[in-house]
Formats: sequence, structure tokens, C-alpha cells
Amino acid sequence: MEQSVSSILDTYQRDPTQLMDILIDIQSEAGYISDQAIEQAALGLNISKADVEQTRSFYHFFSKKPRGKYSIYLNTSVVACMMGRDTVARTFEHETGIPFNSVTRDGLIGLFETSCIGMSDQEPAAIINDRIFPNLTPFRAKELIRDIKAGKTMDELIVEGFGDGQNSNKDIRAIINNNIRKIGPVLSPDYKPGKVIREILPKMTPGQVIDEVKNSNLRGRGGAGFPTGMKWELCRQTESSEKYIFCNADEGEPGTFKDRVILTERPKLLLEGMVIAAYATGASHGILYMRHEYKYLKKYLENLIQGAHKRKFLGKDIAGIKGFDFDIRIQLGAGSYVCGEESALIESAEGKRGEPRDRPPFPVEKGYLNQPTVVNNVETFCAAVKVLLNGGNWYRSFGTKDSTGTKVLSISGDCRNPGIYEVEWGFSVNDMCEMAGADDLQAVQVGGPSGSLIGPGDFDRILCYADLSTGGSLILFNHTRDLLQDVVLNFTSFFIDESCGSCSTCRIMPVLLRNKLNKILNARGMNSDIVDMVNWAKVLKASRCGLGQTAANPIVSSILNFKHLYDQRIRGGTHYDMGFDLNRAIQEAGTATGRFPLME
Amino acid sequence: MGKVSTFTIDGVKCMAGEGSYIVDAARQNNIYIPTLCDVQGVPPKGACRTCTVRVNGKLMTSCTSRVHDGMEIENNVPELNDLRKSIIEMLFVEGNHLCPTCEKSGNCELQALAYRYAITVPRYPFLFPRRNIDFTHPRIIKDHNRCILCKRCIRVIKDKDGKNIFAFLNRGFKTRIYVDPDLAENLTEELAQKAVDICPVGAIIKRGQGFETPIGRRKYDKHPIGSELEE
Repeated sequence: MEQSVSSILDTYQRDPTQLMDILIDIQSEAGYISDQAIEQAALGLNISKADVEQTRSFYHFFSKKPRGKYSIYLNTSVVACMMGRDTVARTFEHETGIPFNSVTRDGLIGLFETSCIGMSDQEPAAIINDRIFPNLTPFRAKELIRDIKAGKTMDELIVEGFGDGQNSNKDIRAIINNNIRKIGPVLSPDYKPGKVIREILPKMTPGQVIDEVKNSNLRGRGGAGFPTGMKWELCRQTESSEKYIFCNADEGEPGTFKDRVILTERPKLLLEGMVIAAYATGASHGILYMRHEYKYLKKYLENLIQGAHKRKFLGKDIAGIKGFDFDIRIQLGAGSYVCGEESALIESAEGKRGEPRDRPPFPVEKGYLNQPTVVNNVETFCAAVKVLLNGGNWYRSFGTKDSTGTKVLSISGDCRNPGIYEVEWGFSVNDMCEMAGADDLQAVQVGGPSGSLIGPGDFDRILCYADLSTGGSLILFNHTRDLLQDVVLNFTSFFIDESCGSCSTCRIMPVLLRNKLNKILNARGMNSDIVDMVNWAKVLKASRCGLGQTAANPIVSSILNFKHLYDQRIRGGTHYDMGFDLNRAIQEAGTATGRFPLME
Repeated sequence: MGKVSTFTIDGVKCMAGEGSYIVDAARQNNIYIPTLCDVQGVPPKGACRTCTVRVNGKLMTSCTSRVHDGMEIENNVPELNDLRKSIIEMLFVEGNHLCPTCEKSGNCELQALAYRYAITVPRYPFLFPRRNIDFTHPRIIKDHNRCILCKRCIRVIKDKDGKNIFAFLNRGFKTRIYVDPDLAENLTEELAQKAVDICPVGAIIKRGQGFETPIGRRKYDKHPIGSELEE
């Protein structure tokens, strides 16, 4: 390993800002990151062990202990659980003889849990050595463990055949399906890659490109909805010889998977969008930051980037425009939801912990390596291509006045047709449910855990920035679901697992809220517990980033819209606090002394 | 001297150098904004959120936000004071803070703020986490029970080459301070003292030394925190 750490360091020119890549390579080569490797990396990069450890320990997929020759990461997301994840998990445990978060004694198999992996339309799913295994059943879990024990290779483990579209591409070869159910103007296959770069950009000045995007009223598709044209303009106005275009492909909001499908089926559209942004802002470097869960797409995308270089869509003097140089590289994450926040994403790409920055300064002024940086969502770049192709006026003909164009939705949960739908903004929740083949719904989670949980009374509301804003995640729940136990508790635990820990508020409050929620779920709650949760949650608004500010949304929005579910769990409106459990409190002492008091 | 910005804090007219951080600007105008993680002259991190103020209805940390002309800052208002109080209470329940036996008692900023906000019992249940005391370093003891993860040691204490000695380990509720074993081994007496002094609580203490100033004669025993500005 000593040898290979050294050569990994050389691959990245011993550059500490490449620490993520270095650790990813060490982890993937050795199966873990040993103390020795950390020491060697620190020495080779001329930083302290503390510097390496702080990054190493932040990310879910980095480990200091071996994670098994076959590391199985089973998704714990809400939808995975709804689709039978627990029986699959029990089967894995039974067949391997180990509980989760451990490795078999022979070091062959490791079982681990992981947050939403972007497969909500084909759950339960697991990642085994960077490959995705969707639609798992107990039978399939048994088969997988049997085959692994029999010494089969990763390729031999696959019996399902490969998925639709490019999932069967020789560079991907994934079992995954795209499940594209509705195509609109952005995802439309009627598109000739490179047309905008070759035919339109040379005729436009960067200012005109920005004006056209502004005219389209395109807003960020990651969820926050910042006007794209304005973002590009701000970056353009910041003077610097180095500027960066980041594509945020870190989609980690539970229930969203649209970017995975775009990366698979429309990657050229995305790359073209990044080139347009580079032209508009004057940037010469692009970084596609992709979540680690999508590592199986890396080779495929790298080949496409290479192809774009050959066809002069990337590289020097693109489209014959003198001095327009731009390249794109892929940066992988390593398992962290908060890295989807743009400044955390930049920190991570610099090899650091994915902690959001204090703003201002905003990335458009001081971003990657303190240079002006534009960070846009995958879908935003794709939409920008169509805006330039057909004009801002055309784009504005779709959607509503304040939310123009279309939105690609990731629909999952209790419906007959989970998958990707491109719809115009202004679509109502009712229509959306009908479209996906869902009836008898109890609730819809709009915008993932950081969004809101709404009931049928709100289903006539519409998807747009002014009403129900969403990055695209929509999870449907029928009446068989226990919203508090299965949904709210799961989401709250998700926020606890994914908090970066930097702000006191987001580090501590979700834990306090989860304890309260558990108290209610354990039938020990009282009315004041509900009031407390609503009041306590307010402190989260003082958090730095969106994760912290929305970490109580699952609890607060469910109290707002499903108060009766809480009331049902409260013992007859009692004012007597049942939170203290005498039996449990004296358990330890009782066991030690062998004596327990007689209780009625 | 550069340009001067005029702004108001709770309606009081103030002036400070353009681009100063709100917390510093307030200090220059003898207005106290409580802080825990902030260290004057060191790039801020906005970790504890105690110094949160409101500008145009928006919450922001005054240690990381800069003043500009015409800014109207809300500071000493009931809602913000309760927010701060609740943050202090959260920090108390997050760790194991046993003031009567703590070497820092009387010099502790967390304790001093608790007095300022008249906290008798936190509104939140104690979490009683199991945390370690790290005795492995020759000059300092790191007591994780008392750490409030303010990042002061991370930001201030560097070795002679500028390398980090302290760092965050893990994330979220599992976050704790990592002490680089090699660099701590070679920590100079001066730097060790600096680390102890910079820690707002008793999470970094000097090995083999304690209670040199008797309790009752310590910094905040004599003057409540913030009183230096408010007299």
C-alpha cells in the first residue's frame, strides 16, 4: 500500500486541494484508509495529519477500517423502507451472520447503511463496490450473498440484464432503469449536440447570452431558485483571470433522481450548457461535481468529455472563437448531503470538509480557490441550452409568470408509475398524482425532507417558486403509511446524520427534536411536547445554510398539516409528563445489585 | 483611516470603519453583542450562532457580517435574546458541563453568558453524552465533555509551518476536536498556553497546573461578561 499511496499522490501532483480524489483512490484501492496511509498522505502533501483526518472523517464513504472485499451499502431512505428494505436488510444479516455496520470475520462482506442513493423509483437498492443493485428482494439478497461466498466476480453477480437507454452502454453497464415517463421541451430528444456552441455562440457576445438567459427568466433548478442570468452576470462582472463553472450533480435530497437520469441520457446537453455558461461568464475551467453514489457513470462521462475535446466543443478556441478556452473535469464527492449546498460543494472540491461558508462573499465573487465561480444545477444548464436554441421568449411561453419553463420531477413512493416527468411549472399536486397513477393518497412530501409534507386538502396547490417550490423530489404516501414513524422520524434522522456539525443549532437541535418525537411515538408524550417542538425548532432559523434552516421542516410541517396524528399519540390529553421511566432509570442499578423494587 | 459607515443598532446611531464586522463595529460604539466562537482579529467562522442579529428581518451572525451605510441592526430585543439564551442552553445540554469542578469556572465564557441570561435550568433535557478526556498529550489535556466546538483552537493555533494542530473530526452530532498527536507532542509552552487561553470553556487545560487564581477572584467573578462595554 505504501507504494500505491505514493503513486496516487503523484497522480494528483501532491496537491492538497485534490485531497478528495486522493482519499477516494486510497479507499477504493485498499478498501479503507489506514493510519499509515493518512500519515503518508500528510507527509506527501505537506499538511498535518489533522488536516487529512478532518476531511477523511467527514465523508460517509471513507473508512479507517476495512469495509470488506464486497461492501454492501443498503439504502435507508423513506422510499426504500416503504418498498421493503427492512426484510432485505434482515436477509443480508441472516445470510452473512453479521449485523449492519460490520464486516464478516473473513473480511469478505461488509454491511453498511447509507442515505438516499438516488434510486427512489426502484427501491430497495444497494450499492455494492460502486455498482447499483436496485429492486432488491429477500430472494435476491440471498442469491447475492450466496454468489459472493461462491467467489463470483462483480460482473457475475449481475443476473438482471442491463437497464434501458444508455444504462446498457459499455461504459456504464448498470441494472438501473431510467423510467422516463414524460418528456418536455428540455429533455426532448430532438436536439443536435453542439449546435448552440457551433452555430449560435459565435454570433453572440457574452452579454447577449446573459441577456437571453435573463429574458427567459430561468431560475436555479436545484431548489433555491436564484435567477440564472443574474448569477452569470454577477460572475461576469467580477474581475479575475481565473473563473470556474461548477455543475452541481450532488443531488442528495431524498426522493430526487432526475439528475441521475439526465447524466445518463442527456449528458451532452449538460456539457453544452456548461460551455455556454463559460462563454457568458469568461470562465476557463469547469468542474462537474458528482455524488459518489453515481461513480458508476464516471467513465462514461469522462469518455464523453474526451469526445467533446476531439470535436472542439471543449479545449482551445472553442467554435473558432479566439481565446475561448474551456475544459471540464469530474470531481467525485464521498457521501455527504450538505455538499449539495453550493459553498459546501466548493469546499469539498478543494479537498476540505463539506462545511458551508459564511456568505457574503458569494461564490460568484469568491468561490473555488477564492476565484469567481458559478454553481448551477444539472437541469439548469440543460434548460439554458434550450433557451439559447429557441430564445427566451419561447422558454417563457411555458410555465407561469414567475416560474417560467419546465421542471423535471422525480416521483416516487405509492404510485403505479414512479419515475421522471418533465412538466410545466404551474402543475397542480392533484394532476401530478393522477399522472403518476396514485390514488387514495394520505400525503405528499414536496421538495424532499427540506420541503413540506402536505395532505389532500392542499392537493390543489401548484408547483412553482411562489407556492410549492421544489427541487423536484415528490414522494407519495398512501393510507397504509405511518407518517410519523415511517416518514417524519426517518427524515429527522437523515438531517442528524447529514449535519456538518459546524453550527451549534443544526448540530444539536435536531437531536433534541428527535428525542421528543420518539417520546411521543413511544406513547409517553403530552400536549406540551408538541408545543415545545414547534417553539424549539425556531432556533434552527439561525443556522448558516439551508440544511440547518430546514432541518425541522419534517416535524414542523407535519405538526402543521397532520396535527391529528400527533394528538392520537398523546395519552388522553394528559398534562402529566410520562417522559420519566422509573423502571428504565433504575435498570442499571437493579442489574448490578440483583434487586428490583416491587411495582404495581 | 478609511471611510466610515453610519448605521443604527436598536435605533442608536453608530459609526464604524466601512466593512467592519458588525460585532466589532458594535464594540467600538460601546454596544455589547454576546459571542462565543469569535476571536478579535482572527477570521470568523460563525460556529456558535450566539451573536445572531436581525437586519431587514433576516437573521445573520454579527461576527461574519459587515456593516454598511444605513444598516438598521436589531440586537437587544426580546426575540433575539431568547434565541441566544436557547443557544447557550443547547450548548449546556449537548455536553457535560459541571461548573463547580471545572478549572475554568469564573473564567468561562459559556458560564458567564449563562449568568447573563439568568439560566437556572435549561429548557432542554440534558443529553448526557459519553465523552472522553484525552490525557495523551504532554502539555495539554483535552476534555471533550466541556467542548462547545467553537473552532477557536482550530483557527488560532497553528504550528510554525502554519499546519493545523486542532481539527474537526467526524460530522454532525458526532463532531469532536481532533488533536494531531505528533504536533501536540511538540507543542511549545507558549502555544500550549495560548490554546488554553483561547478556549472559551474548560475544554483545553494545562497539564499539571490548576486553580492558580482562586475561584471568586476570577475574571467574570468580578465583572459580568459584557459589563466592560455597558458601564
